[in-house]
Amino acid sequence: MTTQAEVGSVSAIRLRQLSKTYEGHGRTEDLVALRDVNLDVAPGEVLAVVGASGCGKSTLLRIIAGLERGHIGTAEVGGTPVTGPSPDRGVVFQEHRLLPWLTVEQNVAFAVPHLAPRERRETVAEHVSLVGLRGFERCYPAQLSGGMAQRVAIARALAPRPGVLLLDEPFGALDAFTRMQMQEEVLRIWEAERTTLVLVTHDIDEALFLGDRVVVMTSRPGTVRRIFPVELRRPRDRTSWEFAALRKAIHQEFFQSRAREPEFQI
Amino acid sequence: MVPGFTLVLWEVLARTGVLPANWLPAPTVIAATIGDLAATGELWGHLGATLARVTAGFLLGAAVATVLGILTGASPGLRALLDPLLQALRNIPSMAWIPLFLLWLGIQEASKVTLIAVGAFFPVYLNLLQGILHINPRLVEVGRVYGYRRLGLVRHVLLPATLPAYLVGLRSGLGLAWMFVVAAEIMGASRGLGYVMVDGQTSSRADLILASLILFAVLGKVTESLLVLSGRPFQHGSST
Repeated sequence: MTTQAEVGSVSAIRLRQLSKTYEGHGRTEDLVALRDVNLDVAPGEVLAVVGASGCGKSTLLRIIAGLERGHIGTAEVGGTPVTGPSPDRGVVFQEHRLLPWLTVEQNVAFAVPHLAPRERRETVAEHVSLVGLRGFERCYPAQLSGGMAQRVAIARALAPRPGVLLLDEPFGALDAFTRMQMQEEVLRIWEAERTTLVLVTHDIDEALFLGDRVVVMTSRPGTVRRIFPVELRRPRDRTSWEFAALRKAIHQEFFQSRAREPEFQI
Repeated sequence: MVPGFTLVLWEVLARTGVLPANWLPAPTVIAATIGDLAATGELWGHLGATLARVTAGFLLGAAVATVLGILTGASPGLRALLDPLLQALRNIPSMAWIPLFLLWLGIQEASKVTLIAVGAFFPVYLNLLQGILHINPRLVEVGRVYGYRRLGLVRHVLLPATLPAYLVGLRSGLGLAWMFVVAAEIMGASRGLGYVMVDGQTSSRADLILASLILFAVLGKVTESLLVLSGRPFQHGSST
């Protein structure tokens, strides 16, 4: 059962009957990572996708990013089908993936190679301060903490001024406090830039704190199980009753679906 | 502290005759020997000959290794074709090539340079190939996200990612080049530091042998430092 999202005049992202199978080529069984996923993301929306590991949520994000080929169905960003990666779709991965031989500012500049030198300097300075790292421009990634490195990765993804920002479990490797701090940071940046955001996570609280809607996915094959609209005002209070009620509803959705789909079949 | 003390002790023991002078001459005697060689101008000819051989052999070996390393690193087909052969050749102790090179290339410079090149080749080739094979595919993906393709990807991601391993290879290649020049010059040369050593041995002059030992150490260290220094600008990319 897939609930249809509210469809704006033009969706920033539009997925129709999206399926993806990893072929085992006879050595292993074919793995159906995604089956018949339909989703619309409105411009400026924050869509959070939650699911257990292996439910295809990262595959979904990688297809939108253009990093995963060979899907069936439609994946459109800004009205055009995705055929490959593009700076217009910024990606932040779980690992910061900064180039270790470049400084903070060089890493951000790496994302905008085609700008004229002056414009490039300005864009880099703007995005370095957007993520609160002014003063660290000349540092190398190895000199940064995990949270700081992930901020640089966000600055790098935003520097080409992408239409959509794709976050693939971006704070999964950070400790709980840094993670919450980074979630607030992302919210602040989103309020300033209003970029369409797709966040893939296994952290229900994170999804509820950031998402306009929370998509719950189930595994094998990866399908959209249910979409929860989150109609709470930002900044959201993680300890509020409404927050807790939604968290509980999502939890229940998970365990129901788990119970109905046994991991192993005899 | 310890080296200084050792030098003083050595000097005292040699001067007082506890150590026989023909066996281990005093440091000042060795310094004087080097001074004499420099004064007669003989030193510069030997140094020049050795340096020229090391430079030529190292550059030749490193150049061939670089080309083959890039080819086998970039193409799995070529790697399957060439790498087993090169790995097999690596199992031959390099000194064992000497008779063959002498037979093929004669006793002149060509055989010496070739031997040194063989020594320099393997560390450069192996490290470069490993460097290329261990490029983090996740960083390549980042390059693709930001619109880098082909040459742009090579220049901004693949090259700087490989460079540290390549520089390690060049360093050990240079070290082996110095090892092999000694062998090459001992096996027959009329000039060079290795020749000075053989000369010292046949004329029972320990001071000559020790003088060239020290000169080898100094030259090896100086050339290595030059190599490290010239690689430094690339260590932390100036590639933007």
